[in-house]
Amino acid sequence: MSALKQFAAHLRKELLLEWRSRDAIISMVFFSSLIAVVFSLAFDPTAASSRTIAGGIIWVALLFAIVIALNQAWLRETRHNVLDALRLAPADPALLFLAKAVANFLFVTALELITTPVFVVFYNLHPLGEAWKLLLLLPLATWALIVNGTFFAALSLRTRNRELLLPLVLFPLSIPALLGAVQATTAILTGIDSPNLWMKMLLGYDVIYTVAGLLLFETVLSAE
Amino acid sequence: MKKLFYPWLAVTVALAIYGFMQAWYIAPTEATMGNIQRIFYYHFAAGNLLCLFFFANFVASIWYLVVRRSNPERAQKLDAFALANAEMGTIFCATVLIQGPLWARPVWGIWWTWDERLTSTLVLFLIYVAYLMVRRFAIAGQTQTLAAVVAIFGFLDVPIVYMSIRWWRTQHPSPVIFGGPNSGLDPRIWTAAFWNLGAWLAWGILLVGVRYYGLRREQAQQQRKAVAQVLMETAR
Repeated sequence: MSALKQFAAHLRKELLLEWRSRDAIISMVFFSSLIAVVFSLAFDPTAASSRTIAGGIIWVALLFAIVIALNQAWLRETRHNVLDALRLAPADPALLFLAKAVANFLFVTALELITTPVFVVFYNLHPLGEAWKLLLLLPLATWALIVNGTFFAALSLRTRNRELLLPLVLFPLSIPALLGAVQATTAILTGIDSPNLWMKMLLGYDVIYTVAGLLLFETVLSAE
Repeated sequence: MKKLFYPWLAVTVALAIYGFMQAWYIAPTEATMGNIQRIFYYHFAAGNLLCLFFFANFVASIWYLVVRRSNPERAQKLDAFALANAEMGTIFCATVLIQGPLWARPVWGIWWTWDERLTSTLVLFLIYVAYLMVRRFAIAGQTQTLAAVVAIFGFLDVPIVYMSIRWWRTQHPSPVIFGGPNSGLDPRIWTAAFWNLGAWLAWGILLVGVRYYGLRREQAQQQRKAVAQVLMETAR
């Protein structure tokens, strides 16, 4: 099978499974909405103050929701030894990783489409900067969190307390991505700075870790 | 290798004593900060050396992944070397993070600030603590490969962390050591800083060596256990 076909087969499987259960999406949406509520109770934001803090809250909520979903993403494959079957299959493991990451990316994008309006309502958000840049920023920052998250979720599958390890490894490594995402979002919301530098940084982060993930995934999948 | 321990220990102690004398009695007292500035001699050493040990961990981890199938014996050595270096780097990193606030409180008036170097050092520390966590939590037999992968991911993050936090903010005093001939630094400060750098480098290499030796013994012990178990099962 050609690489494209392999990738499509993996991706189709992921999307179909999620479409049938909708576990990841539902839990992520509910969880991030809860965070939106809890933080708005904690900070009691006004329209002016919420512009400066909402960027941080949105990305922290998304990061937590992503960790919840990713912990389940590979767990599914351990039932009935599906992961071993995937290891034996004459397919490129890197494509399995890529399909998993793309599927998760699509789920989180769907989550963002649902959750962002919730944040806009609760925090009275009205961006003063160039709001269209959010359409570029959201995918860039989401991919940065997802690509490492998918990789380390597969890695923590091979540890004793897998659900605990993912955030412990993912958060320190994601600090630059999170910083970039928060700074760019705040820049767009307040309209004071330009988000361009941060978006370029996120692009670089995405490229570096996508390449590293594709190259090293086989090592993790077949670690002995 | 084992024979080197005592001579190297002697060199380390001698360097440490000489560095201490340089830093406390020969280097002049700084005009505005007073004696509190002398912590710099240790801060400078630890802050530079941590990069060296993390870099050694990075190289050993890549090398481990390359030879783990073709040359298992060398791979075991590289893994022990990588772990010893990561631990040493983390110790230096923690030292820097403790010394910094001790100096900053009297000089800046605050213990901590989210400045460029402080933040990047803290993030670096967190990344390598995560690496050590992975080593602790991984299932036996897969630890080494997984840890090597995490080490590579972690080290790739270093330049990104550094650049992103640099764009974010900066308050740390800019480097005066390499600030050019007119940075106004007394040459005796320069001498003291480098003697201490040498002393702590020797100390770090000593600890890495001891730790490496201990890890190799642990590996040998585990191998003997595994062999004994196989023999028991075949005898049954």
